[in-house]
Amino acid sequence: MSNPLPVVDYLKIPESGDPYLEGHKCGSCGSIFLGARDVCSKCGTRGKLAPTKLSNEGKLYVYSIVCRSFPGIQVPYVSAIVDLDGGGTVKGNLIGVDPDPKKIQFGMPVRVVYKDALGRKDREGNSYLSYFFEPR
Amino acid sequence: MSDVYVVGIDMIKFMKAGTGPAVEALGAQAALMALDDCGLEIQDMEALYCGNLGQAGAMVGQRVLQQIGQTGIPVVNCANACATGATAFREGWMAIKAGIYDVVLAVGVEKMGSGLLGGGGGGGGIPKEGLLGSMTMPAVFAEAGQEHARKYGTTFEQFAKVSVKNHHHSTMNPKAMYQIETPLEQVMGAEMIAYPNTKLMCSVNVDGSAAAVLCSERKARELGLLKRAVRVKASVLTSDPWQERDLVMPDVNTCTRLAAKKAYEMAGCGPEDINLVELHDCFATAEILHYENLGLCGDGEAGRMIDSGATALGGKVPVNVSGGLLSKGHPLGATGIANVYEVTTHLRGEAGKRQVPNARLGMTHVIGLGSACAIHVLEKVA
Repeated sequence: MSNPLPVVDYLKIPESGDPYLEGHKCGSCGSIFLGARDVCSKCGTRGKLAPTKLSNEGKLYVYSIVCRSFPGIQVPYVSAIVDLDGGGTVKGNLIGVDPDPKKIQFGMPVRVVYKDALGRKDREGNSYLSYFFEPR
Repeated sequence: MSDVYVVGIDMIKFMKAGTGPAVEALGAQAALMALDDCGLEIQDMEALYCGNLGQAGAMVGQRVLQQIGQTGIPVVNCANACATGATAFREGWMAIKAGIYDVVLAVGVEKMGSGLLGGGGGGGGIPKEGLLGSMTMPAVFAEAGQEHARKYGTTFEQFAKVSVKNHHHSTMNPKAMYQIETPLEQVMGAEMIAYPNTKLMCSVNVDGSAAAVLCSERKARELGLLKRAVRVKASVLTSDPWQERDLVMPDVNTCTRLAAKKAYEMAGCGPEDINLVELHDCFATAEILHYENLGLCGDGEAGRMIDSGATALGGKVPVNVSGGLLSKGHPLGATGIANVYEVTTHLRGEAGKRQVPNARLGMTHVIGLGSACAIHVLEKVA
C-alpha cells in the first residue's frame, strides 16, 4: 500500500519526521502565505518568498457549526479558523469538541493534528493525510 | 464632466429559482420595463452594459438585444460575483461621465439553481468541503459574523433580528419573492444551516432581473426626463486590500470600508445625511457588519443598532426596506441594479406602503464574495 498523499500542497510529509504545515514568508514585509508563490500580494515584492515551517499550536479565531452541507458530507461539524502561534492562519475542522456554541470559546488554544482525510480517496484509490484542530 | 442620472428603472417580481424563462427573455423583460419607465426606445440607447454571472461566457447582453432590438450598439458583458449588476451599472455611469455616450442601458439578470452556494472546492485530489472546514456561503458569512461576536459580544438573537426586520419590510413590497412575517422565535428556531445562520437568515435564491436607463444631464433635460430622474452622486468600486486572514477568510469589511469612505467623499455627504440604505444582506450576519462598515453607527454599536429599531422602516436610517436579499431574493447578477431600483423608487416618492418619508439621499451597497464592493449614492432631483 502506498503512502498517503497530502490533502493540500502546504501540508508537507517529509521522508523522515513528522508532517507539518508550510507557509511562505515574504522577506520584505514578513507576510505569510499558504502555498508557494513568487510575488507578495501585500507589498508586491518579487522573488523574496521563502518556505517556513508553521507552528502546530495556535488559537481559535472564529468558527461556525455547519449543519447543512452537500450530499455525502457528514454534519454537524465545526469549521474553524485558527491563528497559528508565530504567524499564519489556516482553516480546518475542529474536532474533539461537541458542536455546541456553549462548548467552544473564541481564543481557545488548539493544536494541529494529522490524520487520514476521513476515509476520502481519489479516483485512483489513493489515501490522503489531512490536518485537524483539537483543543489543547 | 456631466452629472449622470437614472431616468428609467424597473425590476420584475422576483420568482422561485429555476421557474423563470430563459436568461435572455428574463433580462429582456426588465429592459423593456426600464425603457417604458422613461418612455424611451431601444433605438435611443447608445450602449448596453449587461451583468450576469451564471452564463458569463455566453454573451447574455447580445442575446437580450436579440429579444428586444438588434441595433448594433456596443455591448459589454460584466461578471463580478454578487457585485455583477452594480458593476454593469457603474460601467454605464463611467461611459456617460467620460462623455462617450448620453444614454445607455444597464441590465442585470440571473437564473439561479437552488441550494447552497460556494463550497465544492477546486484543485485535484479529494473534496475539501467538510474536511478543511466549510467554504459554503452560509458558513463563510457565519464566520464573518462570529468575528463580530468575538469582538463585541454580538448575539445569535441580534443577528436573527435582522431577518425579522427584513422579512417584515418585504410584506410591503409586491416585487419581493416572499411577503411573510417571520417572528423572532421562528427565525431562531428554523433549521440551522451554519451557526449562527438559520435557514431564514440566508438569502433566497431566485430568478430575477432589473434594468436602468442612465442619461447625461444635457440629454435628460432635452428629453424632459429630469422630473423623475435621480442623480448618481457617487459610484465606487473596490477590490480587497490585503488582510492577514485573506487566504482562509473572505473579508467583506475592508473593501466595504474603503468603498464607503470614497463614496462619502465623492457625494460630499456623511452617513448622517443618508435617508435609506439597501445593503448586501446575503446573510443576516452580514447586515450587522455593514452597519459599521458603512458608518451608520460606530464600531461595536451594530448589535445595539438592530435592537433599537433604528434600521427598521420608521427608524433613523431604514435599511433594506425592500425586504433585502433575505426576503426580496438574491438573483446574483440582478441584485446590484434591483437595489438601485429600490432607492430610486423611494427618492421618487413612489414606494407605497414602505415609503421612507421625505427621502432625499439613499445608498446602495453590494459585495462580490469578499473581493469586490460597489457602492452608489443616489439623490432626489426635483
